Amino acid sequence: MEGTVKAGRKPSSEMTTGKWKRAVAPYLFVLPNLLIFTVFIVVPAIFGLLYSFAKYDGLNPMKFIGLRNYTKVFTTPDFWSAFGKSVEYVVISVPLIYVCSLAIALILSRELAGKGFFRSVFYWPTLISYIIVGLTWKWIFSDSFGIMNYLLGLAGIEPVQWLTDPFHAKMTIIVATVWSRLGFYMVIFIAGLQAIPQDYYEAATLDGASKARSFWSITLPLLKPTSVLVVMLSVIEAFKAYPLMKALTGGGPGKETTYVVQYIYQIGFDKQDLGLASAMSVVLLVIIAGLSVIQLKLTKGGGAS
Amino acid sequence: MKSRNQLLLFIILIVLALLFMFPVIWVVLSSFKDKTDLYQWPPSVLPSHFTLENFATAFNKGNFGIYFMNSIFVTVTSTVLLLLFNSMAGFALAKYKFKGDNLILVGFISTLMIPLEVIMIPIFKVISTLGLFNSLWGLIIPPAATPTGVFLIRQYLLSIPDELLEAARMDGAGEWKIYWKIIVPMAKPVLSVLAIFSFMWRWDDFLWPLIVITDPKKYTIQLALSNFIGEYNVDWGSLLAMSVVTMVPVLAVFLVFQRYFVQGMVTSGMKG
Repeated sequence: MEGTVKAGRKPSSEMTTGKWKRAVAPYLFVLPNLLIFTVFIVVPAIFGLLYSFAKYDGLNPMKFIGLRNYTKVFTTPDFWSAFGKSVEYVVISVPLIYVCSLAIALILSRELAGKGFFRSVFYWPTLISYIIVGLTWKWIFSDSFGIMNYLLGLAGIEPVQWLTDPFHAKMTIIVATVWSRLGFYMVIFIAGLQAIPQDYYEAATLDGASKARSFWSITLPLLKPTSVLVVMLSVIEAFKAYPLMKALTGGGPGKETTYVVQYIYQIGFDKQDLGLASAMSVVLLVIIAGLSVIQLKLTKGGGAS
Repeated sequence: MKSRNQLLLFIILIVLALLFMFPVIWVVLSSFKDKTDLYQWPPSVLPSHFTLENFATAFNKGNFGIYFMNSIFVTVTSTVLLLLFNSMAGFALAKYKFKGDNLILVGFISTLMIPLEVIMIPIFKVISTLGLFNSLWGLIIPPAATPTGVFLIRQYLLSIPDELLEAARMDGAGEWKIYWKIIVPMAKPVLSVLAIFSFMWRWDDFLWPLIVITDPKKYTIQLALSNFIGEYNVDWGSLLAMSVVTMVPVLAVFLVFQRYFVQGMVTSGMKG
């Protein structure tokens, strides 16, 4: 109360400073964030673009060479080999993640004893860092003393060179990926499933539709926006993958599990070819941004129908 | 018939859940085994004699204490800064009309399109130019401004009536006081969600430390683990022990704040 009285008595100069403060305040509030974004995202993004047109090793002055880095990107087989491995990883891991997380979400959306417990169990691995996920599976799949080979032995199967054979190394990475990401997408699916009105299912049951039928003609179509979200998020995530492989296979055997981000990292930091690495980054960004745009378009379409 | 199906489903779920928990359980069990036990063939399920030797080695010889403290410092400081900076920006963008407000909002959100993986090379140059190379502040400051955080807080604050802020101004409260005494307490639910996520992001982070830190004294846990696992002679005992100690804080936070997790996942996940 006292404050109000005082404020009322204040001379007009005080009132104008109050207004002035109100006009400046938002800029001051936004400033720290804006500064950090500019310095650590906008500036690097512009520099990265500049580097991509230059010959630059980080020490000697930049020399602009036009599009030569880009022509080099398109003619470097190693880059496309790493990129192809990323695509392969995306094409195998994304459908697996989609099907598994949707299946678990469907089961855990029903009335069920211990539902909360089960949800937590499947969500747990998403909390663990990629480095520890990699380390964990490396310990399990270790060639000479891993428990997996022991269990296979019990079943009468010859031990497998999990991490030194290219095919099995890739398989190990897929297993670790699905294990560590399933819970994240399960939660998104559960939220999507909860948004579907129960009346639809009741009506379908009254019409004598089977459970499978309701799934294909009610659940899946109405889940389309969620599905698009899950597929796009997991595709982008898979393209960016690196820490998991760093711990699990180190990119090996040879370069068999060196995916695109790790390859760019090696060109930039180990070979010190900042120009070429930046051009490769721009190519990767265009692909990821393209996917994000498709996601936005599709989600809008899904929401309208 | 129906209850039989239910039972079958339940059994399948239990088997799946056990399979899912197995890797973590196996790491925990292994971390309490001594050297001969660890590399023994056939492997024993339980430690033949329970030992804390690996934990002791990790802390004494492995400098794990230093990495742990580095990670704690980075996680806590960065989370505090994130909450402060993001809520300030979110407040400004929700409750003030000013020149360029839409531009700033759109600008913030569009930075989501530029993943760190794509700009790590120029970021390295920026970090070294600013003298942040091999400094923990290089891990703390850049990730403290997140577009997701600003956006979530802004959306949340939109529902606070303007009259409330006007009344406070009539009472002579300054803009900072309004932010600190009214906005921050009201935004507590959304801030809690963000705090938990920031904690997890920073604790588990690998890419920022990889770009910014090369000095072993400044290693965070994740960076240390990733370097040790790449060595030719991996000391599995202390690595497993370190992993167990590293997993504990995140899992504990999850158990305590489980509700927030699911809620935050759904809202932030939907924003993509």
